[in-house]
Amino acid sequence: MLSIKDLHAEVEGKNILKGLNLGIREGEVHAIMGPNGSGKSTLGHVLSGRPGYEITQGSVEFLGKDLMELDTEERAQLGLFLAFQYPVEIPGVSNMEFLKASVDAVRESQGASAYDTVGFMRRAREACTAVDLDQAFLKRGVNEGFSGGEKKRNELMQMMLLEPRLCILDETDSGLDIDALQVVASCVNAMRSDSRSFLLVTHYQRLLGYIEPDFVHVLADGRIIKSGDKSLALELEAKGYSWLNDGEVA
Amino acid sequence: MADLLTPQLNAESSAPDWLQARRLAGRAVWESSELPTRKTESWKYTSLFALQRPFMAATESAESAEELGFELPQLAGSRLVFVNGFWREDLSDIVPDEAIELVRFSEADQTQAALIAQHLGSVVPGNKHPFSALNDAVLADGVFLRIQKGSKAACPVQLVWHNSQQVDTAINSQRLLVLAEQHSEATVVEHFSGQGHSFTNGLSELILAAGATLNHSRLHLESAEALHIGGLHAALDRDATLNSFHVAFGGKLKRVDIVINHQGRGAHCQLDGMYLLRGQEHADYHTCIEHAVPHCTTDETFRGIVGDKASAVFNGRIHIHPDAQKTRAELSNKNLLTSATAEVNTKPELEIYADDVQCAHGATVAQLDESMLHYLRTRGIPADEALVLLSYGFINALVEKQRLESLRDFLKPLLADYFGAALAVDSDDAAG
Ligand SMILES: Nc1ncnc2c1ncn2[C@@H]1O[C@H](COP(=O)(O)OP(=O)(O)O)[C@@H](O)[C@H]1O
Ligand SMILES: [Mg+2]
Repeated sequence: MLSIKDLHAEVEGKNILKGLNLGIREGEVHAIMGPNGSGKSTLGHVLSGRPGYEITQGSVEFLGKDLMELDTEERAQLGLFLAFQYPVEIPGVSNMEFLKASVDAVRESQGASAYDTVGFMRRAREACTAVDLDQAFLKRGVNEGFSGGEKKRNELMQMMLLEPRLCILDETDSGLDIDALQVVASCVNAMRSDSRSFLLVTHYQRLLGYIEPDFVHVLADGRIIKSGDKSLALELEAKGYSWLNDGEVA
Repeated sequence: MADLLTPQLNAESSAPDWLQARRLAGRAVWESSELPTRKTESWKYTSLFALQRPFMAATESAESAEELGFELPQLAGSRLVFVNGFWREDLSDIVPDEAIELVRFSEADQTQAALIAQHLGSVVPGNKHPFSALNDAVLADGVFLRIQKGSKAACPVQLVWHNSQQVDTAINSQRLLVLAEQHSEATVVEHFSGQGHSFTNGLSELILAAGATLNHSRLHLESAEALHIGGLHAALDRDATLNSFHVAFGGKLKRVDIVINHQGRGAHCQLDGMYLLRGQEHADYHTCIEHAVPHCTTDETFRGIVGDKASAVFNGRIHIHPDAQKTRAELSNKNLLTSATAEVNTKPELEIYADDVQCAHGATVAQLDESMLHYLRTRGIPADEALVLLSYGFINALVEKQRLESLRDFLKPLLADYFGAALAVDSDDAAG
């Protein structure tokens, strides 16, 4: 589904990703862990096509297409979804207006008919309930004045409504209490399927106790330096990242 | 400028003495003043070329609401409708409300007439604005609204001045006087609309006694050919609160002078405005906040979207007098230009003569935020649609601030229409 080969990327002239390789097949759940500043969010931004994040080398293929040839919206329409670590606020555009515009655009690109307003609103309310957000959040400006946790839930709500093929969750679990963490987990677990894959960026083993990953990778200094199964996460939790760095240097 | 008034407009009227006296005084000022030119500082960017022909009286119309193309907010309250300046009882609806007194000047009883004569023109500096003098000079009728001391009006009062298709030298002169007595509260919506060519001179005075709260909106929903030169003048006594919201669509020439006088300690004004221009439209808002006394606050936000060959002028003056210590005043004007031929002239004008004040201002031609645009695109929304959605949000954020829900509901489709966007979801149903 996703194949990243020797990816090099820079932000404002600074090399951040330095030869990253990663392959994700349909239905798999991958976790990426790594110290602050190692390039985890940069990877998400690069995949989403954020302006200012420039690829200098390597290739990314998504569902048989050269991702880098596609505009940001085309990537989303194809089924790529990024839950932002820091979602932006858009005052004046209600969550409902935003969600409808988004789902309409994605469905239209896929040749599916648009939901009628009533049907869509029902779906939106259901998604709202599933992520444990009050319905009043549908009327408010997009993320406007939402707490950190509410913003994360709002990202999940969008993910549920858009039904993407690949979901990248950038530290969606950070700063959440245990109840909210379980909401994230149940949302992801409910969406797991043979044709949908996940890339979970996380700092903590904690989330992986609820969502069992197929693979765990360690990202350091712009490259994946170690991959393994879920036991790697436990090992990282116990020993930190330094033993890996030491090992690499040695 | 005697030659700019036709004999018909100069004719004697059957108006009561107090009204007649005001007309004569207005006429004297008008005749001795000059029409401002581009050399007049406050008219630098707005040409009055379109007005340099003799004015004439507007003619009465008996057209139905449908023929007139009415689109009015359903505010569930009293509604007074004037067409071409003439009162239309058949289109009006007055809901009895013990808290208010609502009467036309021509129908005022003696007590009311005395109150009108006492207050009318007390906030407008009659000798400074030639167009205020013009308003006086041709004053035939007006609306007087008094909110009784300590009372809260049960529902909004809506005043509609509509123009049917006319020649653009026909004066539609409108006058409103609101007297909000001590600790009273009310909502007033002024609505200007019309078809085709017209010239409106709309002048409103709001007098807020101590502790009064007035929620006021002034909607300019005139046609693209309409001309309007008008003003809103308010005086706020101790602890009074004025929330005043201004909307401008359309108009070949629109000039509105807004003057807010803080005259009693602790007075507060929230002044919001938005203009959405396209084609060859032109709108000019000149606002002036006079902080004459200490401890008053002002929050002023104007936003505009200007496209095609349209042009906008915003001049925001805040004048903090030497006595006005502990003033807090904020002024922001942001504009989005959606075409290379659109034009905006924006200028804050701060005059601060007190030292212990907080005053912030910003006047910009804004860019849409890149990170917001990217966020929308990551959700599959194409860039051009995302830009429209963000422009809409930029303006709608001001609409959302307004307290009157029925007014927000009324404005939403007008915004959607302006932006040409299918903002399909009625967000008020969203949580239903
Ligand atoms: N917009 C930017 N401008 C400059 N440097 C950036 C920008 N975004 C990220 N970086 C830098 O790139 C590196 C990786 O950041 P990031 O991908 O956010 O790390 P992580 O998500 O793993 O904590 C950091 O050194 C960070 O300072
Ligand atoms: Mg990060």
